[in-house]
Formats: sequence, C-alpha cells, structure tokens
Amino acid sequence: MLELKNICKTFHAGTPDEKRALIDVTLTVEDGDFISIIGANGAGKSTLFNAICGSFMLDAGMIRLDGQNVTMIPEHQRARQIGRLFQDPMRGSAPDMSIEENLALAAGKGGWLSRVSAADRKAFRERLSLLGMGLEDRMRQPVGLLSGGQRQALTLLMATYQVPKVLLLDEHTAALDPGTAEKVLELTRSIVEDNHITCLMITHNMQSALDLGNRTLMMDRGKIIYDVTGEERGRLTIGDLTDKFRQLSGRALDNDRMLLGIDNKE
Amino acid sequence: MTLDKFLALGQTAMELGLVNALTVLSLFLSYSMLNVCDLSTDGCFTLGAAVGALVAIAGYPWLSLPAAMLAGMISGFVTATLQTRMGVQSLLAGIVVNTGLYSVNMALTGNKANLNMNKIPTIFTMVKNLLKDTPLAGQSALLVMLVTVALVVLFMCWFLKTKLGLAIRATGSNADMVRSSSINPTFTTTVGLCVSNAFTGLSGCLMAQQAKSFDINMGSGMVTVALASLLIGGVFFAKHRPIPLRAAGVVLGAILFRLVYGLALRLNMPAFMLKLVSSVIVVIAISGPYLRRQVPLMIRRWQAAREGRNADA
Ligand SMILES: Nc1ncnc2c1ncn2[C@@H]1O[C@H](COP(=O)(O)OP(=O)(O)O)[C@@H](O)[C@H]1O
Ligand SMILES: [Mg+2]
Repeated sequence: MLELKNICKTFHAGTPDEKRALIDVTLTVEDGDFISIIGANGAGKSTLFNAICGSFMLDAGMIRLDGQNVTMIPEHQRARQIGRLFQDPMRGSAPDMSIEENLALAAGKGGWLSRVSAADRKAFRERLSLLGMGLEDRMRQPVGLLSGGQRQALTLLMATYQVPKVLLLDEHTAALDPGTAEKVLELTRSIVEDNHITCLMITHNMQSALDLGNRTLMMDRGKIIYDVTGEERGRLTIGDLTDKFRQLSGRALDNDRMLLGIDNKE
Repeated sequence: MTLDKFLALGQTAMELGLVNALTVLSLFLSYSMLNVCDLSTDGCFTLGAAVGALVAIAGYPWLSLPAAMLAGMISGFVTATLQTRMGVQSLLAGIVVNTGLYSVNMALTGNKANLNMNKIPTIFTMVKNLLKDTPLAGQSALLVMLVTVALVVLFMCWFLKTKLGLAIRATGSNADMVRSSSINPTFTTTVGLCVSNAFTGLSGCLMAQQAKSFDINMGSGMVTVALASLLIGGVFFAKHRPIPLRAAGVVLGAILFRLVYGLALRLNMPAFMLKLVSSVIVVIAISGPYLRRQVPLMIRRWQAAREGRNADA
C-alpha cells in the first residue's frame, strides 16, 4: 500500500517564479490498484511521481510505502521498491552497455564482484522473449542500437525485473509511434497483471486512461480534483471526463491531444 | 637509419609506451568509462613516482609498487569526494587536487625537486638480477613492463564485467539509470576514481624507477599525453567494440604515440615539442568529428550566399 498524506511542494518559494506544484495532496493506493492519471500540462502529475521517488524533499507531508515511512529516504535507496518509466525511451537504460549488462544491473543480484552467470543469461533470455521483439537474440548488442519502442519495452522489463512495490509510468508511450505505443501498452498491461504490480500511469490518452486499470485520477493546478473507481468509472466516456474537467476546474481542457485521445507525436 | 638503430628506437618506444599505457588505461576507466575528465592525473603520476622512489630508496623496491598504488588511490578518493560530496565541479576538483599535490609531493621528498636512484635496487634491477644468465636478461625492463601492463589489462577486463564495473560504466553512460537500480552514483564514481588513480600512481612509480630518478615536474602534461594516446587507441577499436579489444587498442595507442614521437625526435624535432604535439592530437581527435559535422552546413551556407549573389546580378 502506498499512502501520501498532505504532501506539499513549492518550487522557487519566495521568488516571482514561485510555483505551487503540489498542494496538500492526499492519496491512498491499495495493493494491486492500477490507477490512470490525467490532467493538463503543468498540473503536477510528474511532480507527484518525483515526490514518490524522492527526487526532492517534500515541504510538508508524509509518504508511506508498504507500511514504511519513506519521506526522508534518499532516492537511490527507495528505487529498489519503485519502478519508473519516463516519456523519453532513452532515460531508462545505458546506451553504451549491452542488453545483457543493462538487465544484470536491473536484476541487482549477487555481490559487487559477481559476474553475469550462464543461469542469469538463461533467465534474461526467457524474460526478453516475452516481449516478442526478438531481443533475446541480441543480448550482447549495445542498447544504443535499439529503436525507441524496443528500448522502452526493455526499460519496462528492467523496471519490473525485481517486482516493485509500485510502478510509476509517466506518459511512457507518448514518444512512440501509434503502433509501437499500442504494443508497449499491451506489454505493460500483461506484465502488470501477471505480476500483480501496483501501478500508477500518467497518460495523455483519455481512452487508455479509461480502458486500463481500475481507478482514474484527474489533477489540476497541484491538486487531485477528481477520483473515480468502480461502477461510476465503468460508465464514463471521454465526453464525461472533459465535462467533469470543465466543471471542476472552471476551465476547458486546453489540450487537443487529450480531447481526441490521440496518443502520438504531432 | 640502420636496422639496429630502428630496433633500438622500437624498444625504447615499447618500454616508455608501456609505462605510459598504465596512465592511459587509468584514463580509459575514468574518461571513457566513467565519463569524468580527471585533471588530477599529472599530480597523481608524480605522487606515485615520489612515493615509489622513497619506498625503494628506503630499501623495499617490491613494496614500492603497492605503496604507489595506494597513494594514487587516496588521491583519487579526494578528487572523487570533492566532486560527489562537496559540490566542487568535476574539472575543478581535478585541478585543485593537482595543484595541492605539488606541495604534497615536495613535502614527501623533503623539499627536494630531484631524487636519485642510480645506486639503489629498483624493481628493474631486481628483475634483471633474477634473470641473470637467462636469454631474457637483456630484455628485463621490457619484460617487467609487459607483464605489468598485461596484468592491468586483464584486471580491467575482469573488473569492468563485474557488477561493480557495470555500475561504474552505467554511471558514465546514464546516471539516472544507475540511481533507479538502487546504486548510488556517488559510490560508483568514488570507486572508479580510486581504481583509476591507483594505476596512474603505479605508472609514475615505474617511470621513475626505469629512469632511476625522480623529478618533481615529471608528471607535468601527462594528462594530455595520455589522452592523446587514449584517443589514438580509440581509432583502432571504437566505442561499441568489446572491452578487451578496446583495452588492447589503448595500449597500442600508447606505444604508437611513443614510436611516432621517437621518430620525430630522430628527424630533429626538439624534445620540448612533445607537449604541443600531444595537445594538437587531442584537439584533432576531439574536435575532428565535430568539425566534420559542420562541413555540410558550411557548404550550404556558401552555396546559398553564391546563389544570392547570382540572383542579385
Ligand atoms: N524541478 C522543478 N523546478 C521548478 N519548477 C518545476 C520543477 N518541476 C516541476 N516544476 C513546475 O511544477 C509544475 C508542475 O509540473 P509537472 O509536474 O511536470 O507537470 P505535469 O502535470 O505536466 O507533469 C510546472 O509548472 C512546472 O514548471
Ligand atoms: Mg509531466
């Protein structure tokens, strides 16, 4: 279970650039939840993920992960329990190292002086073949040679290799072409389901926000303004969501991409 | 040039090239793998030479090698701590340590700019004695260097494939990803610089013992010379090639650099040109690819300007 209690974050406090990115956000995520998060640019969605990962210290509030208070724990120590994917497929893997070496770091097994064993290699091969991209036959090639979609799929595999307590997906298909995005989304769904991973997914695609998962959050100006699950969510359409946004935020959704539910680069 | 002279030239180039190769391998770790340009190299090289010379003069030639490596490691630790834990920019950390090391080295030698090892046993004289009356006796210096460099290359190939080595390489390639593997980049940078500077220290130690003398300025410009050799080595085996090949390429680069330099001396190039030559090589190797990318742009500008003139006419 992931619990956020009254968390606040203001950037550049006390300057003309002051930006209240998270305002008193409280959220409880149950084990096995798959939550989609939508909201206009600058709403604070990525900042919410940064807070969970510990990229900065909170101004106020508390974060509890699986019963443990992690508010003061540095980023790299939390990382073992948190998997994260970014929009940029290049961010999740080391381009100068081979697929196998990247996976070895993600698997995190063995002591500092251990090397990749034949058994490790066999396990990597099996997991890679689940991606259906033929990467299992290219394990010694540098990751820099892979396409964006392949790299994002590999990052997904790396982030979930040791099953994380929570998986954070930050528009992780937005930089891919539509076909590849579809494929990576499908992989995401199956990996999350098979491993019963608790997952939060930011998306620009209203349709996948409603199709995937069991709960949807809408964020605006540093706050969660709408939180929907169960039957009510089952009945929602994209039109309902945009109405909701207008009603709750007092503005129209300014993002065409979001209205149309297109999930690719213009 | 007679064959004899040429062979002698080749042998000197081999011996000096192999001594330098240790510093080049050190930069292979810090510059190519960890992506840190470690400007403390000059001072660290001299530090290794000073410590090694003092220990050898005290009567422990064998001990001089680990002692010089330990000294290098400590220097690397300081450089790493400055840049990872104390907010000093990476380049500045190296420069500051390099400057400080001058005083440290002077203090170590008791304010003497030179130490003479003519009459004392060094690693090289010890091995020469061991090999007395064997066919290898004449080549003992070369042998010492070959074995040392081979051991360091083997170590490097092993080390860079361990989990620690992978983490160090990943730190240079994508530090975000290291963090998300629950590894602290501060730790990997520190270990990387410690190991790398250990070899720089060893390199200085062997250089001094081979020359049978220590000089406070012997490390000056070393970082550029080593970088030049590293970049020449990179020409043989590019970034995506297996690490053992790249490490071998780096050693080859160091020897080749010395060979070309030796030849240039023969052709009456003054010895003081060494540093300018290495500077130019580094500039060409680094800015060459950049300039090559600019060429199409310049051609298009030139064409556009010409068309513009034609249109006006
Ligand atoms: N590290 C930072 N420094 C300053 N401002 C930031 C930082 N991170 C985010 N912000 C600001 O906080 C607001 C929320 O940003 P973000 O969480 O990235 O929005 P989004 O919902 O689009 O992901 C934006 O106005 C952004 O400019
Ligand atoms: Mg964002």
